[in-house]
Amino acid sequence: MSQATGFSVDAIRNDFPFFARSSGTEPPLAYLDNAATAQKPQCVLDAVLDLYRDATSNVHRGVHRLSAEATRRYENARDIVQRYIHAHDRCEIVFTRGTTESVNLVAQSYVRPLLGAGDEILITQMEHHSNFVPWQMVAEQTGAVVRVAPVTPQGELDLDAWRALLTERTKFVSVVHTSNAIGTINPVAEIVRLAHERGVAVLVDGAQAMPHQRVDVQALGADFFAFSGHKVFGPTGIGVLYGKQELLDDMPPYQGGGDMIKLVSLTNTVWNDLPYKFEAGTPNIAGAVGLGAALEWMKTIDLDGAALHERALHDDATARLRQWDDVRLIGTAAHKAAVVAFVMDGVHPHDIGTILDQARVAIRTGHHCAQPLLESFGVHATARASFALYNTHEEVAALAAGMAQVRELFGA
Amino acid sequence: MSELRDLYQQLILDHGRKPRNFRVIENAQREADGHNPLCGDRIHMFVTMDGETIADVSFQGQGCAISTASASLLTQMVKGMTVAQTKELFGHFRELVTKPVEPHESLEKLAVFSGVREFPMRVKCATLSWHTLLAALKGEDKVATTE
Ligand SMILES: Cc1ncc(COP(=O)(O)O)c(C=O)c1O
Repeated sequence: MSQATGFSVDAIRNDFPFFARSSGTEPPLAYLDNAATAQKPQCVLDAVLDLYRDATSNVHRGVHRLSAEATRRYENARDIVQRYIHAHDRCEIVFTRGTTESVNLVAQSYVRPLLGAGDEILITQMEHHSNFVPWQMVAEQTGAVVRVAPVTPQGELDLDAWRALLTERTKFVSVVHTSNAIGTINPVAEIVRLAHERGVAVLVDGAQAMPHQRVDVQALGADFFAFSGHKVFGPTGIGVLYGKQELLDDMPPYQGGGDMIKLVSLTNTVWNDLPYKFEAGTPNIAGAVGLGAALEWMKTIDLDGAALHERALHDDATARLRQWDDVRLIGTAAHKAAVVAFVMDGVHPHDIGTILDQARVAIRTGHHCAQPLLESFGVHATARASFALYNTHEEVAALAAGMAQVRELFGA
Repeated sequence: MSELRDLYQQLILDHGRKPRNFRVIENAQREADGHNPLCGDRIHMFVTMDGETIADVSFQGQGCAISTASASLLTQMVKGMTVAQTKELFGHFRELVTKPVEPHESLEKLAVFSGVREFPMRVKCATLSWHTLLAALKGEDKVATTE
């Protein structure tokens, strides 16, 4: 199946030194925790190292050639991001620390000034805490209310409930594109359309969408789009906020400091142009350059072929786990990324995690920063295997073998 | 598999599945909450005192096999002990789960937790109930965490 599309897992794995290491002296490690963070291809490591080795310097601040070179690489990364997500203008790409900071920026600089007592922010029950807490904080600050649309027992957004919750009191909508905890892919274009009918702006949390599919922010219509570099094969500590220029233009800065002003006097400060108004202080230059390299790498990948491959891994893992009656899958949406969350009767996910780790299978256990979602399934924690395009069916088999050991140890 | 068998000994599996003293003490004199932010485990401990001695102790909550078994065995062990003895026992227990030492004789069946030291990520599971008990004995209202 993968051959037919020209997608080759072996070729992908060759790009990642992680797999070379784990095929050496150590027994291989099945890394199935990709929703937490992804492994890095060599080209990303090279870009970061080259930057520090050949162009360590601050950006936008020196007349000397090294600063010019660092600035060139940093701004080139912005161009790469712009083209990759199809933003209209490069000034719409703000570098942040990650999705979390992007959401907080929008909450404080765009949404907070809009809100009065009784106004509402609408989100879903499947948000990551980073798309929950910033809204609770802004609600606290303004007297507004956070409305949370429920999910169905399969883990899909209840669209009827969503429509009912979208009212004249709704001042902002923020929604996760793809759930990290259960993999559900939300109908974001439809959500944006419904909000825009009411003149309400929308933030899409794209942290988990980016590693699995192409994103076109203009086609999506989102007013804001947030993602993290580290989940899309780039470095940690770098992320992006895309915002429509006309919205960003009118927003006050998020943080004060160097680089975000044009002129400072004792009495008067003039904000810098976009996007620098939102990039106070020395940015994560190497991180941005590494993210640029990651997206350039992504562009070379047949992502449709990758999606078929990931789907096959998902179906394989699902089928293998379903052979046991006491294992329950959490989140079985029709439209879903390769995330397989589950619980097992009588065995806490934390114990599953330790036993799988001994079997050299890395999964995540716990609440996945999505406590409200897990509550709706009546569980406090799950075990979660999350796949990326470089994972293999052998690694799915290792997961199943590890689960057989769990059963043996716990006498299930 | 052998390290895992050392970790998940029968006694631990048994107490993990069927925790003892897993109940509420109405009108407990001392209570405290414990929370392990890493895995979301929560525990609530109840204590009644007879002077300096622990007359009764119980717990409620949900957690992994290690933390549940630890709480269960702990409640069995410290009933009838003084606060000072309990603190001393915790000192030995903490050594047991973090350092390659011979189990101190006062630990008795708590020695089954020696396998934990091979799993540094799980030390907090084993010690959560202890931290919570000590917080309760101190009469503190605050939530004990493993941090
Ligand atoms: C859906 C989703 N949103 C937001 C975040 C937060 O990303 P970060 O921690 O990189 O800011 C994550 C990361 O786990 C996520 O999966």
